[in-house]
Order: sequence, then C-alpha cells, then structure tokens
Amino acid sequence: MVPLSFYLVLSGILFACGVVGFLIKRNIITIFMSIELMLNGVNLSFVAFAARWQQLSGQVFVFFVMVVAAAEAAVGLAIIIALFRTRETLNIDQVNLLKL
Amino acid sequence: MTPNLHLWLIPILPLIGAAINGLFGKRFSRQAVAAVALGFCGAAFAMALWIAAQFSSLALPHIEVLTSWLNSGPFSVDYSFSLDQLSLVMLLIVTGVGFLIHIYSVGYMWEEGGYYRFFSYLNLFMFFMLTLVLASNYLLMFVGWEGVGLASYLLIGFFFQRDSAAAAGKKAFIVNRIGDFGFLIALFLMIKHFGTLDFQKVFDAVKPYSPETAGVGFLTAIALLLLLGACGKSAQIPLYVWLPDAMEGPTPVSALIHAATMVTAGVYMIARSHVIFERAPSALMVVAIIGTLTAFFAATIGVAQTDIKKVLAYSTISQLGYMFLACGVAAFSAGIFHLMTHAFFKGLLFLAAGSVIHGIGGEQDMRKMGGLWRKIPWTWATMLIATFAIAGIPPFAGFFSKDEILWRAYQVSWIYWLVGLVTAFLTSFYMFRLMYMTFAGEYRGAAGASHGHEEHAGHGTHLGRDEAAPASHGHGHGGIHESPAIMLVPLVILAVLSLVGGWVGVPGSLGGGNHFDKFLGPVFRSSTPALNTEHVQPGEAAPPEQTTEGTEPKTGHSTEIMFTGISVAAGLLGLFLAWLLYGRRTDLPDRIAASIHGLYSAVAHKYWIDELYAWLFVRPLIAISGIVFWRGIDQGVIDAALNGSADGARELSDEVRHMQSGNLRSYAGWIAVGAAAMIAYMVWMGLRTQ
Repeated sequence: MVPLSFYLVLSGILFACGVVGFLIKRNIITIFMSIELMLNGVNLSFVAFAARWQQLSGQVFVFFVMVVAAAEAAVGLAIIIALFRTRETLNIDQVNLLKL
Repeated sequence: MTPNLHLWLIPILPLIGAAINGLFGKRFSRQAVAAVALGFCGAAFAMALWIAAQFSSLALPHIEVLTSWLNSGPFSVDYSFSLDQLSLVMLLIVTGVGFLIHIYSVGYMWEEGGYYRFFSYLNLFMFFMLTLVLASNYLLMFVGWEGVGLASYLLIGFFFQRDSAAAAGKKAFIVNRIGDFGFLIALFLMIKHFGTLDFQKVFDAVKPYSPETAGVGFLTAIALLLLLGACGKSAQIPLYVWLPDAMEGPTPVSALIHAATMVTAGVYMIARSHVIFERAPSALMVVAIIGTLTAFFAATIGVAQTDIKKVLAYSTISQLGYMFLACGVAAFSAGIFHLMTHAFFKGLLFLAAGSVIHGIGGEQDMRKMGGLWRKIPWTWATMLIATFAIAGIPPFAGFFSKDEILWRAYQVSWIYWLVGLVTAFLTSFYMFRLMYMTFAGEYRGAAGASHGHEEHAGHGTHLGRDEAAPASHGHGHGGIHESPAIMLVPLVILAVLSLVGGWVGVPGSLGGGNHFDKFLGPVFRSSTPALNTEHVQPGEAAPPEQTTEGTEPKTGHSTEIMFTGISVAAGLLGLFLAWLLYGRRTDLPDRIAASIHGLYSAVAHKYWIDELYAWLFVRPLIAISGIVFWRGIDQGVIDAALNGSADGARELSDEVRHMQSGNLRSYAGWIAVGAAAMIAYMVWMGLRTQ
C-alpha cells in the first residue's frame, strides 16, 4: 500500500510546478497548461484522500473539477485564438492594454 | 391662592417687538417701526404698573414657575420668575425709564440709518434686562446678565462703520467677560455647596451660617466672585474702562443701558445676594472699598474731560461707586434708592446731552459749546434740574439718596464718609462745570447759522441730517435749534421725577418717614444675621443697627442733620467753584491747569489707565495669542496634525500604489506568496498543537 503522504507530496510538486510555470512563463498557452497542472495536482490529492477515507465525495469533486477544466479549456482556447488574431502574439507581456 | 400674574409676559413682550422689528422692520416705514417698538415696550410698562397696583395684595415673594428648564440628577433649574419689593422697584425703573427713552429715541434716531435695527436691539435689551430683574434663580439671572451684555455690545457698535465704535463694542464685551467669568465661578460654587441656584433655596441654605468673621470661607469666595461679576457689569475698578468708550453708542443707548439700567445690574445683583454678602464681612468691606475708590477716582477724571458724554460717563461710574459703597456698608436699600434716583437724573442728563448734541448738529466737545441756554431753553431747564439732583442740592432726588448713603457710610467708617463727601464736592463741581461750559457764556462753536457739515465729520452718522430731514419733521435746521416735542416730553417727565423722586425716601431726621427704606425693608431685613454686632469688619466700632435695614439709627437726628448740612455745603461749594472758574473768571482754568501741569495731564489722560491696561494685558495677550496660540498651538499642533496625517496618507499610498501594477503575474505571485504564508502558518500551528 502506498502511503497517503506520497500522493500528497506528488500533488504538492505538481501544484508547485503549475504555480512556477504560471509565474515565469510568457507564452499564454504554457500559462494555460500550468493552470491545468495545478488543477490536476489538486485532483490528485482529492482522489488520494477519497481512497484513504473510503468516501465518494472526493471522487465526485474530481469530476466536477475535470468538467470545469474542460469548459475552461474550451473558452480559454477560444479567447487565445481571438487574441492571436487581433494582436498577432502569444506573449502575455505585450497584452497589456488594460494596464495603467 | 395667589393670583397668577403671568410675569413671564413682561420680558416676552419686548422680545416680540424685537423679533418683529428685527425680522420684518426693514420693509416697514419709520412710523411703523416706532409704533411696534413703543407698543411692546409700553405694554410691558403698563403691565408693570398693573402689577404694582395689585402689589399690596400679593404674598411676597411672589414666585411663578413657568416650566422646568434643566434637570440633572438632584440639580434642577426652572424658568421661574419672582416678584418682591426689590424686583418691583427695578421693574418699574427699567420699564418706565426704558419706555421714556424709547419715546425719546423715536425723535433722536429719526434721521439715522438702521432705524429698525436700533429699535430691535433696544427692545431686545429690554427683554434681557427684565429677565435679569425678574429671574428667581441665579441661572436665569445670568441669562439676562449675558443678554444685556450682548444688547449693549450691539448698541455700542451700532455705528459699526466707525472703527472706534466697533472697537468700543468689543472692549465692552471683552471686559464684561472677565466679570462674567467671576459670576459663573460663583454659580458653580453655589451648585457645589448648596446644590441649587434658586434664590430662596440658596438663601435658606446660607442663613444658618454665621458671618465669616474669623477668616475667609466659601461664602467669602462666592461673594468676591459675585463682586467681580458686578464690577464688570457696573463698571467699577478695575473693570470700569469699558464704560467711557461705550459712549460711542447713540446717546439714548448711553442713557438707557450705560446710565439708568444695565450698569446698575451689578448693584441689583449684590443687593439680591445680600444674604451671602452679609455673612462675608471681608467681602463686604472689599465692596465698600471698591465703591469708594471708584466714586472718587472717576469723579477726578470727570473734572478734566471735555467731551460732554465722557463727563457723564465718568459721572456714572462715580455714582455707581456710591451705590457699591452703600451695599458695602450693608445699606442695601440706600443703594437701591440711589440706583432709582440715579436712573432718573442720569437718564435725564444723558437725554439732555443728546438733545444738546442734536441741537448743535453732532458736536460733543464742550469747548465748542456755550451760551446755549437761550437757544434751547427746555433742554437747559431740564438738564439744570438733573444737575441739581446729582449735585445733591435739596430738595432734588439725588440729595436724599446720596445723603442717606453718606450717613450710613459714616456709621461704618469716617473714611468712607470723607471720601464720599469729597466725591460729592467733585461731582457738583464737574456737573456745574459742564453746565457752564455748555449753556453759559458765548457760543464758541463754528457752526452757527451755516450749521456746517465739517464739524459733523468726527461724528459720522449725524451727517446728512439736514438733507434727509423730511418736511414732516417740522423744525428748521437753520442753526442751533430746540429738539422736537417727542424728545422734550421724556426730558420733562424725567425732570419731574428727578425733582420729586427722592421724596419717597425722606429720612426721619428731615421730618419724613423714609418710606422707601421701609418698603424695601422686608427684603433686606428678613435675613439679618443673629450676630450683627460682629458683622462689621474687625477694628471698626460700628453701631449694631448698621445691619438692620429699615430701622432708624439711634444716633440722634441732630448729628444726622449736621452731616446733611455738610454734604449740602460740599455740593454748594462745588457749584460756587464751577461758577468762579467757568462762569466768572473763565481764564482761570487754563492757568490752573498750566500751573499743575503734571496732575492735570494725568487726570485729563484718565491716569493713563487705558495705556497701562494695554501695556499690561492687551499687548502681552496679543503677543501670546500670536506666538503661542496662533503659531504654536493652532498652526503648530492642530493644523500640523491635520496636514501631517494628510501628508502621511499620501506618501503611504504613493508607496502602496506600486503593488497594483496591472501585471497579471505579479498579482499571481502575490496570491502565491499569500497562500504559501497561510499554509506555513497552518502547518506551524498544526505542529505546535500536536
């Protein structure tokens, strides 16, 4: 039996990778993927706890998160395409029209 | 069941008049303004007469509680009015003389600007003065006390375009504040010791105390603080300096407020508080000393003044000193008697002086008058009667009251009597000097037939009298002229009162019954302390009857008549000297003044008291205000705190604003840092509780 802490550490590593990627990357698609990484890091701890405590709610939550992530991917990718068509770039630092 | 007299109506009536004239008077014609002012003031007078007619059937003191005012735990104050012999006398003086002066003002102020404003203020003054004399507790009295100060300020500064008038108003107000401060502290002490401000309750609480002969206690403190208040209001040393300057106001104001009524409020207050004063002999002695000094001091200044109103102003201070002296020797009814006669003759003197000023077109300098008695005979005749009254020549009113004060003063100490006697001589001298300079000899003014305007220049608001004179005003302004009838009628009435007013108090030694003294007796006698022999200041062997108001001194009538003769002689000597110097040998005064130049200069400059006060108090105060309060506290602390906090907030936000860069990743970074911090905290807490 793999101990719970292993899952949690892996989940933390995944989440941290997502955060770091979100913060340091300039390409908006990479940032998007980092967000997915964070979501999945969280999903991993959900299923780990669900298995550990033998409760279904954790599994159900993961499904919700996956649904939201799928919707987000659809909307987000549509926005990215629209952005690329108008600005001709994927660099987040050049998308700063709303900045003071 | 005593009848309800609705005493509250008496003060309210003039207030209604003041409100109507003050709010709507600007659109009224002069006739309407005068009608409103006279109507409401006359109604108050009529009501006072009506009350006087019923007076004998009242149970005294008659107290009417209108409604509750303040309720704070065990301490409460009502809107309540009381009527006894003392307040009846004051009531009649204030409404009667006030009404006459209202009538006079209709003529005097006819061509001045701000007619409605003047009468609104005048009625407002009546309201506060009547509140003062009818109040049945110290707090309501204090309301009236402050209110008359306000009215006085407004009326002194009536010609506010003139800097000197505005400054005089401020001076009167500020000097009065010093006195009011004392009054207020005295009220606090009363609340602390007696828990009430009601006259009856305070006096009942005081009565068990025996006089504080051995030392000074809180009764002496209360009495001295009340005295400070009275000194401010009644222009006694050291707070008299505002009254001469108050002559900047219109002359009827000087007559009403600064001679007949308001300035006597201090005397009234001391007489009202006699129960307290009688138990504080050292305070009573201070009252007598202040009164004596003021009487003498002001009389000497009056001798060298050349402005007709200034002479009368110093004369008023001096006469108020007599009243204080009377109170100080516990002869309260004599003080009130003099207050009454003084209201008649000094009111008359001021009104007559106003008539003179009016007649020659705004000139106040007596050196530019002279020979006026043929031109303005009515003014001259009435003023002469008033002068005889103030000089103490029998059988005019002032003789009886002044003589009574001197006699009672002698029974306490011959020093008071002697100074009072010298003052009586000086009074007679400067008053007849005024009469000779104004009415006798040749006219020395430049105006004459041309009624020139250049001489009005110093008296700005009399400008334009001539052009503005409406045809209905009747009398020609071709030159020196007698005043219209509406001004002369009050003069004549007051002249009659100045003649007969003293007859109500003819002393027993002259075959009279001293009715006035007996009338006021119940007010003052009811409180005589049991130990009245110890009631005088230590070291003075005074007869015991000194405190028993209303009883005839047992010293014998022949002595009293002798003293009466001496004081009459002093008055006649003053008359003779004035005649000699200003009637016969008119070159002498200048030579005498030159030969005693230093003394004359000191007197003519009012002993440089104003300069001394300016140097001692005013300038340091302005300097301290400028350096400490303005630049130090106001700018350095209050403004600095406000500006500092505003600057600090701005600098802080200037720094913090950089956090909101609009950079998405920096926001995300902050979120991550925050989340990490929270996780670290929770982990740490979790580890600690394990």
